[in-house]
Amino acid sequence: MDVVVLVKYVPDPTGTPKLGEDFLVVREGTDGTLDPGDEYAVEAGLRTVEAHGGEVTLVSMGPEVAMSAIRKGLSMGAHRGVLVTDPALRGADALATARVLAAAVSRRPFDVIFTGSESTDGYTGTVPMAVAGLLGIPALTFARKVEVGEGAVRIERQTDLGYDVIEAPIPALVSVTASAAEPRYATLKGIMAAKSKPVEQLSLADLGLDPATVAPTQRVLGITPAPSKGAGEIVQDGDGAVARIVDLLVEAKVI
Amino acid sequence: MGAEIDPLDFLEIDRLLTEEEREIRDAVRAFVEGEILPGIEGWFESATFPREVAKGLADLGLLGMHLEGYGCLGANAVSYGLACLELEAGDSGFRSFVSVQGSLCMFPIRRYGSDEQKERWLPAMARGEVIGCFGLTEPDAGSDPASMRTHARRDGSDWVISGTKMWITNGGIADLAVVWAKTDEGVRGFLVPTDSPGFSTHDIHRKLSLRASVTSELVLDEVRLPGDAVLPGVVGMKGPLSCLTEARYGIVWGAMGAARSCFETALNYAKERVQWGRPIAGFQLTQRKLADMAVELNKGMLLALHLGRMKDEGRLKPQQVSMGKLNNVRVALEIAREARAILGANGITLEYPVIRHMNNLESVYTYEGTNEIHTLILGEALTGLRAYDR
Ligand SMILES: Cc1cc2nc3c(=O)[nH]c(=O)nc-3n(C[C@H](O)[C@H](O)[C@H](O)COP(=O)(O)OP(=O)(O)OC[C@H]3O[C@@H](n4cnc5c(N)ncnc54)[C@H](O)[C@@H]3O)c2cc1C
Repeated sequence: MDVVVLVKYVPDPTGTPKLGEDFLVVREGTDGTLDPGDEYAVEAGLRTVEAHGGEVTLVSMGPEVAMSAIRKGLSMGAHRGVLVTDPALRGADALATARVLAAAVSRRPFDVIFTGSESTDGYTGTVPMAVAGLLGIPALTFARKVEVGEGAVRIERQTDLGYDVIEAPIPALVSVTASAAEPRYATLKGIMAAKSKPVEQLSLADLGLDPATVAPTQRVLGITPAPSKGAGEIVQDGDGAVARIVDLLVEAKVI
Repeated sequence: MGAEIDPLDFLEIDRLLTEEEREIRDAVRAFVEGEILPGIEGWFESATFPREVAKGLADLGLLGMHLEGYGCLGANAVSYGLACLELEAGDSGFRSFVSVQGSLCMFPIRRYGSDEQKERWLPAMARGEVIGCFGLTEPDAGSDPASMRTHARRDGSDWVISGTKMWITNGGIADLAVVWAKTDEGVRGFLVPTDSPGFSTHDIHRKLSLRASVTSELVLDEVRLPGDAVLPGVVGMKGPLSCLTEARYGIVWGAMGAARSCFETALNYAKERVQWGRPIAGFQLTQRKLADMAVELNKGMLLALHLGRMKDEGRLKPQQVSMGKLNNVRVALEIAREARAILGANGITLEYPVIRHMNNLESVYTYEGTNEIHTLILGEALTGLRAYDR
């Protein structure tokens, strides 16, 4: 089984990301890491090949430092890595990113693509579906459980109220949530073995993509800080308190 | 970019590490954050060593990681040091476990063992299936281990060992004890399976230090071992002393882990704790404490890294390791005590790691050669005069 995992290099999620003058996240010269959300996807990919045989290929788009995200995935146990990096991709938006990733993935046959649900820095959450759309394969999103079988993949898709069971023929793309598969630790042996695993670095030209097709179609005009949280509501003991609490719980979609 | 000073890496020592060394460091740190920090307060309080964590340490590849072959990783000395540092930033108990397994038990088998002994024990020890302990100290032989009474005599092709070993880390949970005993030829090392008839252990309770680590007494009462239980490659005190040099090297780094944890805790606390209407970090007396801590932490890190690079070049001498152990444990203990003071009353609880590290470091100060003994080793190296002869 040939498994692809799409991974992203993000600024260290425990730090405060810096924005440049164009309001884009500064990625050069800042500490970064494999997106923690993608670790679940890597884990799902590793479990799939452990059960069915085959190899896990990590595919990423980003600046050259993004290679460290690929190496992290390789040290968890993935087999090979592909990084697409090109000066023309600076500021690429979600659609451009999906175009690049789809082009990189389609260079080789694959059975399942795993992704995180959304990146920890951008949070658009649209890249997985766009990649599937461009590749013309089904997208099974927000998987809290994944079962890859013969010729098909079945997931439990997280919903507000519970979950849906969805199945699709492979090849297919699956985006996973943090409940799908607790990621393993990168082992010391994995780290040392990662050095000798094959990694490719590709440019847009290598993919046969015209820079014009991946030029950003959107621009950030301005940003405002999120409003700070107001004081909470204190429900006083007395008539109507229970009803008010029930209303609040319904509003919060807890019940 | 690059303009701000990172309080936790003031001198940018990070840049002196290779990418692989940093990755190994980060992997151990992630394990400590995920598997050790959430449980350590409870384990320390209830004085338990969690076996499942030991398995995790093995799966990570930490056991015997600086040894070559036989299922060991073959990492360099700096990587091993960084692993010790991160473990001890969690708790000295886990660093002690890894030091004993890798440096005190697997190292002598690797260096002085027969091929059969290496094949039989090392891969299983690297996997954590066999846990080792190292028996040198005795009730009446501490800093002067050559005065040991444990004795092994030949009986036909067998060996028969009797004696008592004291303060033995991992003793009660070990499957294999590396026991040093006097023989007619001199001190020799024996590989003693802990289920051998005549072998028993008694755990030491009521410790106020290294509580998440097992410390035991070993009693050997006419333990009969086959002739091939002895380590063939070494006779004399240089056997156990060479093991101590290995483990002391790990402590040079480990102590800086405990110190970093204390410093980080104190720095964050001082910035948040408000008295007299402002953070206590704003007072000159607190800043002096923090500055002194940072200076010693960074110097200790540079010392550890320097010794590590020398070890990787194969030129590190035991006396140089003594300088590292002497300094780094001493300053770590001072940093822990200052941090304890900065935390005020909170500093005496297990809610914060500081007093736990402080108490642990009291053991680290004593074991693997006390502060005094390392001072005397340096004194001898400097003057050529040995001040600790009988
Ligand atoms: C938690 C813990 C775990 C341990 N684990 C192990 C283990 O796994 N295996 C093992 O073999 N041992 C282990 N030890 C034992 C440790 O190595 C000894 O405690 C240490 O060597 C000191 O010996 P001692 O306690 O008998 O002290 P002593 O040797 O009795 O020393 C008492 C004091 O006298 C000082 N002193 C001694 N000689 C001199 C001198 N010539 N000049 C000046 N001062 C001197 C010492 O520095 C010390 O301050 C462990 C100890 C502890 C606390």
